[in-house]
Amino acid sequence: MTVHRTWWKTAIGVTLTVVMLFPVYWMINVSLTQRDAIRAGDFYPKSFTLDHYRVAFHQQLPFLATSLVISIATVLLTLLIAAPAGYALSRLYVPGRGTLNFLLIVAQMIPAVVMSIGLYQIYSNLGTLDTLPGLIIADSTIAVPFAVLLYSAFMAGIPRELIQAAQVDGASHWRTFRSIALPISRNASVTAALFTFLWAWSDFLFASTLNRGGGNLRPITLGIYDYIGSQNQEWGPLMATAVIASVPTAILLVFAQRYVAAGAIAGAVKD
Amino acid sequence: MTVQNPLIVSGDAMVGRTWAPARPKPRRPRRTTWAAVGFLSPLLVYLVVFYAYPLYTNVSLSLHNYTRATYVTGNAPFVGLDIYRQVIGSPLFLPIVEQTAFFVIVSLVFQYTIGLALAVFFQRNFPLSTVMRGLFLVPWLLPIIVSATTWQWMMDADSGVINRILGIFHIAPVWWLNADHSLVAVTIANIWLGIPFNLVILYSGLQNIPPELYEAAALDGAGRRRQFWSITFPLLRPVTAITLLLGFVYTIKVVDIIWIMTFGTGSSQTLATWAYAMSTGKGTSAVIKYSQASVVGTILLLIALVMGFVYLALQRRSED
Repeated sequence: MTVHRTWWKTAIGVTLTVVMLFPVYWMINVSLTQRDAIRAGDFYPKSFTLDHYRVAFHQQLPFLATSLVISIATVLLTLLIAAPAGYALSRLYVPGRGTLNFLLIVAQMIPAVVMSIGLYQIYSNLGTLDTLPGLIIADSTIAVPFAVLLYSAFMAGIPRELIQAAQVDGASHWRTFRSIALPISRNASVTAALFTFLWAWSDFLFASTLNRGGGNLRPITLGIYDYIGSQNQEWGPLMATAVIASVPTAILLVFAQRYVAAGAIAGAVKD
Repeated sequence: MTVQNPLIVSGDAMVGRTWAPARPKPRRPRRTTWAAVGFLSPLLVYLVVFYAYPLYTNVSLSLHNYTRATYVTGNAPFVGLDIYRQVIGSPLFLPIVEQTAFFVIVSLVFQYTIGLALAVFFQRNFPLSTVMRGLFLVPWLLPIIVSATTWQWMMDADSGVINRILGIFHIAPVWWLNADHSLVAVTIANIWLGIPFNLVILYSGLQNIPPELYEAAALDGAGRRRQFWSITFPLLRPVTAITLLLGFVYTIKVVDIIWIMTFGTGSSQTLATWAYAMSTGKGTSAVIKYSQASVVGTILLLIALVMGFVYLALQRRSED
């Protein structure tokens, strides 16, 4: 009876998952279909080809490399700023801590388009438009408030005895942070790093405003956008590039799914 | 009922416990203050230079009349709220506000309802349920440009798969991406994107409801429907409030999904894409209008600030 009922639920669940993931299937389907058969819209790649992937890799490799560099650098910058700040906010006496927390919450609610308008003018005065450091800093603004709040929530949960034991032994705050708080907060670091990487990797808005003229030093999102802007949209290579650009998402889901849920529940994640 | 949300759990009470202000030794607070300054200074510098300064620049742009020429020279005249009057008085303003409201409200209603239905569906484990919940995260984690281009192709009037499926049911093809329908089209894609976020948060909220409540209700003869309306829904109220608030904030600032599908043309223009179009001189705005763009940006900024206060209020209430 029970077994019968749960299998029935599994059947519904499979149906729902198929419906939900249909766009992803469709993207893969188009990417594997020969150019002149794409418009026919077959439900599986009847005229199978891998050519689109060859074209995509050939055209998009510099952009993929740039995206990788940008994403990793954004993660490093974000963690470097966020981890010590999270430690201070959760374990040290900070005057005006409530205000700072509030500002961080507001900061992650600010639309990126507003930031981009301000940053564009600042960057054009400084001459940092169309540079990688400029884009890395802009991308990090999506993640820093989230990462600080995540670290501070996580480090607040470290047992007081652990910190005190270290300080009785004469460890400085820096030492306590580096040798105790930071290693214990490994999960927070992984979650913050994953989301930061994904956001930087997926960023379109900052790239399209602050790094439009970056040539090969533009991220993969602009590589995809180039296809859209062109007169005759090439759907095959476009979809193949889209599949390639989704690889980090796939890796994340396979290896780090529990961190994703943790990040979402931190109540601070954007969709 | 506490929300399983570190931002809420780690409220004042918790941090107060770690730094015991009840018996401060005379020298300790001073030392920790200096240490705190050290640990916090990278963040503080960062917030001032890369948050406060761009936002100040944005507001300043909205109070000066910048054109292409004055943008370069930097001698834009101060005009007070003139550009605000101009933007709000423009015949475009009201329709765009209405479209933004449609986009946000319809997205939220569907994302939340579908997310909640799925969360309840997944509430008790069944074979493969964990795998499926993982797969449901995909739309949320994909780069938006990937999802948006896929939807754009699926909604193609001639060769799109959606019209083909509609054709099987003898429904006439829809010009999804034309001026009249583009708002509905981008809203559908955005609902799809937002379902996973709602599912994850509501699912974790459901896990916090003690199973005994359902057992007791079942003993009292309450059916599934009754259990949902008398236990699940009321106990989820704090989680619902946070989910909808964050959903509102994240939806109102959406640019990329709309931009990539329609360039904000026709009915799909929202406040955020309007600001983007005017600041870049693309799409519906043939010329760059920095000041007008930053007026719309400042309006969005004020909305974010208000929502920050609402968030704070919700947080306080769920701590009580």
